[in-house]
This record gives sequence, structure tokens and C-alpha cells, in this order.
Amino acid sequence: MHFKKLLTVSVAALTVANPALAENVLRWTSQGDALTMDPHSQNEGPTIAMNGQIYESLVTRDAELNLQPELAESWEAGADGWTFNLRKGVKFHDGADFTAEDVVFSFERANHEASDYKEQAKNVTSVEVIDDHTVKLMTDGPNPILPNQLTSIYMIDKGWAEANNVVAPQDFKAKEETYAVRNSNGTGPFALVSRAPDEMTVLARNADWWGEGMFPGNIDKIEYRPITNAATRVAALLSGEVDFVLDPPLQDIKRIESSDGLGVKTVAQIRSIFFGMDQGIDQLRTSDAEGNPFKDAKVREAFNLAIDKAAIQRVVMEGLSFPTGMITPPGVLGNTPENDPSYGFDPTKAKALLAEAGYPDGFSIQLDCPNNRYNNDEKICQAAVAMLAKIGVKVNLDAIPKAQHFPKIQKRETDFYMLGWGVPTLDSHYVFSYLLDGEGSWNATGYSNPRVNEITTAIVTEIDIDKRTALIDEAWTHVKADMPYVPIHHQVLAWGIADNVDIPIAADDAFRPRYAVMK
Amino acid sequence: MQQDHPMTRWERFKDNDIVWSFLHSPGAIVAAAITSIAILACLFAPLIAPFDPFDPSQISLWDGKLPPAWIEGGQPQYLLGTDNQGRDMLSTILYGGRLSILVGLAAVCLGMVLGVTLGVISGYVGGVTDAVIMRIADVQLTIPGILLAILINGIGRAFLPLELRQEFAIYVVIFAIGLTDWPQFARVARGATMVEANKEYVQAARIIGLPGWRIMLRHILPNTLRPVLVIATIGLALAIIAEATLSFLGQGIPPTTPSLGTLIRVGNEYLFSGLWWITFFPAIALVVLVFAVNLLGDWMRDALNPKLR
Repeated sequence: MHFKKLLTVSVAALTVANPALAENVLRWTSQGDALTMDPHSQNEGPTIAMNGQIYESLVTRDAELNLQPELAESWEAGADGWTFNLRKGVKFHDGADFTAEDVVFSFERANHEASDYKEQAKNVTSVEVIDDHTVKLMTDGPNPILPNQLTSIYMIDKGWAEANNVVAPQDFKAKEETYAVRNSNGTGPFALVSRAPDEMTVLARNADWWGEGMFPGNIDKIEYRPITNAATRVAALLSGEVDFVLDPPLQDIKRIESSDGLGVKTVAQIRSIFFGMDQGIDQLRTSDAEGNPFKDAKVREAFNLAIDKAAIQRVVMEGLSFPTGMITPPGVLGNTPENDPSYGFDPTKAKALLAEAGYPDGFSIQLDCPNNRYNNDEKICQAAVAMLAKIGVKVNLDAIPKAQHFPKIQKRETDFYMLGWGVPTLDSHYVFSYLLDGEGSWNATGYSNPRVNEITTAIVTEIDIDKRTALIDEAWTHVKADMPYVPIHHQVLAWGIADNVDIPIAADDAFRPRYAVMK
Repeated sequence: MQQDHPMTRWERFKDNDIVWSFLHSPGAIVAAAITSIAILACLFAPLIAPFDPFDPSQISLWDGKLPPAWIEGGQPQYLLGTDNQGRDMLSTILYGGRLSILVGLAAVCLGMVLGVTLGVISGYVGGVTDAVIMRIADVQLTIPGILLAILINGIGRAFLPLELRQEFAIYVVIFAIGLTDWPQFARVARGATMVEANKEYVQAARIIGLPGWRIMLRHILPNTLRPVLVIATIGLALAIIAEATLSFLGQGIPPTTPSLGTLIRVGNEYLFSGLWWITFFPAIALVVLVFAVNLLGDWMRDALNPKLR
């Protein structure tokens, strides 16, 4: 008995002294890093996914994108808001308790001027504290989809934010640097150990997490190392340097599949890729044309008809994409078989439309494109340059990293740009409010259709599902006719994963380590 | 044949020691042949190449990633296959090689003009001027050339407004490589100048009161050109490699008007998927070109150096 106890103690001591023996370390990579660790500063996929390991929201989604309780255990709709029962006994990484007051603070922070989550958070007009573990999120009238809009609004500790002077979110556009950019304090399954932007981010398992034992995941440590070069990224997977590549280049998928010890998982992604055309400004910044050709719907139609979506699918995407005529994919309420088909490919008609609009010889324009964000983003842009050249439009391509590309869109300083949009709420309101509403913070097209703006507001409070769906449909039909964007395709996700780890793939391209099992 | 028969021009030309050495060095002949064929092919690329890869309206994405003509799936009009954008590889290599050679030549000329000027002044004037110029050259030689080129290139790009960046990328690259090259030329020119400066004809020129710049330009400069020419030939090969390195690192010529280095970089992304021809043929073209220029430079060094003969 005594001996047994001694043995247990010494084994425990050994484990503590030599943690590497027992640790499951998951090393993974993708092309770009999270832009900031501030949970309310940048509404961008990889940033949300990275912060989602450290911070948590009231409601989350599992790998099948079903709503799941996270920091709230249950919720209930009312006529003027939703009541959430908070999980009890939850602690932040620094030991502080998670209470109703943190929820109040987090929504205030997400609604701050510098926040990039305003379009989601502003649905919550105020937060009423009922008791320490019950809150009521007040809405402007009934809101049928509020839980869907909360999945990426992360909860942050009020005390920690006040102590570290980060009550307001980082102003990313102004390149502000705050304590919360490189440090974090959430309630999530992992805590930030070290952070070197664009080099290495290390997260360690939070032993005090509320969900400990409730999820299959057995990862102890996550090492994330962004690798910009696609070939280097695949080489790292092939050589065993990393266990998981989120975004292997599509042309290398076959090679990864045929390698021993490696596999590929694919799923249709909730993300559409498209070009935006600025029809709002009076004189384009980068064009030799007088005025703004994009003001003319014929020019916008010509651009849509000039892009050969099928060729991009076959040659650039290796078949891993679905050409489309919408900027939101199937799976999101609002995508319909009537509106989804692409505008088609007809360069002759496109050229005729340009001539009708007064540009028989075309014009020149700059295309702003990210080169480390979407599947083959720069190559899609290069293909578009060649296709538009055939109708006489001379496109100068400027492909730059996303950290410089996105501010151009948000500051509305681009004439013609590539953007991709995922929809965490699985509801069109998210697309309308960011990309189509005249005031949308990611709408650099200058497009503002009064009816679409009206519908964007109306569907927030419309609880009759049939009526609401009809309104959404109506708005998309207007958009389809107005053509503020050039939709290209919906992405298909392909993850390269080593056989010794089981990671469920999710259509929102987010890596969920709480479900990842290492063998 | 009579002894007193006047030599024909060809015979006199053949009798020239450099030509004699050239005609008796098979390596030099082969190198010169390859170099001139490569340079001619590249300079006349618009006439030879089946397509114009710089004209996006000639590209069809549907023809992308086709293998060379002799492999199954290849098409006869694309002899060496096509790249990921559907551009004919043979045409892109010819056009890309032209860019590489032009950038190399221009960079060497820039480095040569700068280096020889400073070197001759340094060697002729001496004293503080010499010390300052040579110390600057020494400091620059301690920094690896390619790093310096990346630095100059980065600064050059940062100063250009966005819309001009692509248009001027090629000049920035030339400038970057040329500026890293000059110390080699300066050192050689300075050495040669110091030897010449003590010879009688220079002293005579000085005594009759010719101004310094005139002596340097008309009397010393022509006599320093032999060693400079050798350096310039080898420098051309190095400049072509420097351009390819910059472009391979994504710092050089943009992919819309690719040079050989840009082509190798783009092709590199497709190596794992088995599309070897996108990177292989430009790489072979680069190797052959640089090797030929280097051989030529080696032979020149031997032929122009009286001590090695």
C-alpha cells in the first residue's frame, strides 16, 4: 500500500518533470496568421478561428455547424430579447470568475466604434443583468435569429480589460497596438503561451476548462506556424514537420493523398469568392477612363460575362469549386437554385455591352487582390486579368498580403478588388449588413439600393419565417439584377492531415481542436 | 604561296593574338556560339516565339498545365507545354530570357560606368579621395551582394507610388543589381590606373599641361578596359543570376511579365503535383545561358591576360 502510493507519486513527479513524454503536441500551418489576438478587432476567418481556442462565445457551432451551448447553457426567446442562462463555475485563464457583468462588458466592447463585430453585436441593444448567471440580451423588437449572430462574439473579462487598459478594441485600420493584441485572457480550452506574429503561436491546454472531459479532444499543446509559400507548406506536411495543413494548394491534393501516413478531407465550404466594383465614387482612382464606368450597369454586366467561371474551376481550382452567380453559398438561408447559377460566359456580348456603354476600346483599371487568403487567390486574379483583356479592359494586378489588402477595402480605397465571404450565422442578414447595405463596413462597392437596405433592417425583427424568407429572396433578386459584384465561385475546402491525428473538417474552415484526437 | 604576298584582311585578322586564341579554343567557340544564339533568340523573341505571353488577350486558361508536345496530353502548338495560366512555355522562356539578358546587360553597364569612373578617379587622384572611395567599396564588399540588392530593391519599391510600381519594377531591379556590382569594377579599374599613371606617356601628357580629366578619359581609360571587359563578362553572368534570385524570391520582375527567375518561382509551386516542365525548362535555359557566358568570360580572362599566355 505504502509502496504503491510511493510509486504513484514518483510516476506523477516523473510526468511533471518530463512533460514532453505525455504531451500530445499538434503542429499545424496555413498561409496567413491571425491578424490580432484582440477578439473584437478583426472579423476575419483565421483570426476568429485562432481566438476561438482562447476566447468563447455564449453560443457556438460544432463541426457540423449545429448550434451548441458554450458559455450559456440554455437560452429562450422573448418579444423584446433573449434570456441566456450562463454556465456556472467558469473561470478565465487568470483565475477570475466569468459572470453576467463580463457579458455586459463584452457586448459594449463589441459595439465600440473600433470593433469589427458591430454588424452582429448591434442587434443587441443592451444587456440586462437578471442575476450573476442570467442575462437578457435586449433587441430592437423580436429577433428570430439572435443566437446565430452570437457565435463569434467572444466574452472577455471586464477586470482584465480595465487593468490592462484595453476597454476599447484595437483600432486595426489605424494600426493601433494595445496589450490585447499580443496577450489574451479567455475562458477557452487553450491559453496563449507565446505569440510571435507571422512566426509562431503556441497555445497550451487549459486544465481548468469547464468542458474538460466532455469533449473527445486530447491535444495538450498547439503550435501554429504560418508558412506563406504553398510548396513549403506541403513540404512541411510531407516531411512530418507539421501534422496538419489547413490550406494545401489544390494542385498538390493528389500528391498528399497518395503519400503514406497522410490524408485529405474535403467539404463544400460556407464561403464565396467574388470581385467588387466601386460604383459609388465619381472618378475611379486607378483608371484611364473619364468618370466611373462602373456606374453603368452595362459595364458591370460586361465584367460578369467576361469571366469564364468554368475555366477557373477546372484549371485554377482543379475542380474544387462551384461556379456561382451569388455571393453567398448553399447552406446559407437566402441561397436559392433560382439565383445561384452564374451569369454565364459570353465575351462577345460583354464586348458589345462595353461598346454600348461608350467604351468600345475598353479602359484600364487596377485589380487589388490578396495573395495569402483564399484558395489560389492570386491565380484567380491572374486568370481574370487575361479574361478581361479579351474584352479590351487592361487590368493591372496588385496582389499583396491580406494584412495590407483588407484595410484598402474597409477604408474604401479600391476600385476593383477580390473578397471572399463566409457566413458564420448561416443567414443572409450577415451578408446584407456587411456587403450590400449602403453603410456596410465591408461594402466598398458604393452599392446602396434603398429596397435592399430596407429589407436588411426589416429581416432583423421579422419573426414570420415565410415572410422573412420571401423578403430575403426579394433582396437577392434585386442584387442579382443590380450586379454590384462579380461572383466567381463557392470554395471547396481541402485539409491535409497526418493519419496520426483525427480532425473533423468543418464547412466554416475553422479548426476545432476540442474535437481533435491524436493517436 | 610567296612570302612577300600581302596578307589578306582575313589572314591579318586571323593573325591577331586574341582571334588566334579564340579559334584555337573549342570551349570558347562553343560558348560564344551558345551565347550568341541565346542572345539572338531572346532579342528576336517577338519574331521567333509562337505566342506573345505578355499579351493577356492571347492566353486561354483552358490550355493551362498542358505537358510538352511529346508527352501524352501535349499539343503540337505548345512544344514545351504550357504553364498554369495557359501560356506557351517556349514563348515565355524566350521572352523571359530576353528580360533576363536585358536586365543583366543594363545592370552590368550601370555597375561598370559607376565603378570604372570611381576607380579611375581613385587611382589617378589618390590621397583622401582614393581612401574614401576604396573604403566605401570595402564596406560594401563585406555585405553579401544579394542582400544589398534586396535592400535597395525594397527601398526603391517603397518610394514608388503603387500604380507605378509594376511598371518600374524592372528599372528598380537594374538599379539594385548595378549598385551592388560597382566595387568589383572600381577595384580593377583603380589597379590598372595606378599602373598606367606611372608610365612615361602619362607623365608626358601631364608635363604638356593636359587637364587631369582629359588624361583620365583619353589616355588612361582606354588602357584599363581589357581587365574591365573580363570582369564585365563574368559580371553579366552574375547579374543574370542575381536577377533570377531576386525574382525567385518574389522581389523582382512581376509575374505578368515574367523573367526566367519569375518563371522558376511560379513553376516551383507545381513541382509536387508533377508539372515539372513549368520550372524545368526555364531553369535549364538559365543554366545554359549563365554557363555559356561564364565560359566566355574565362576564356577572355586567359586571352587578355599576357601573363597567362
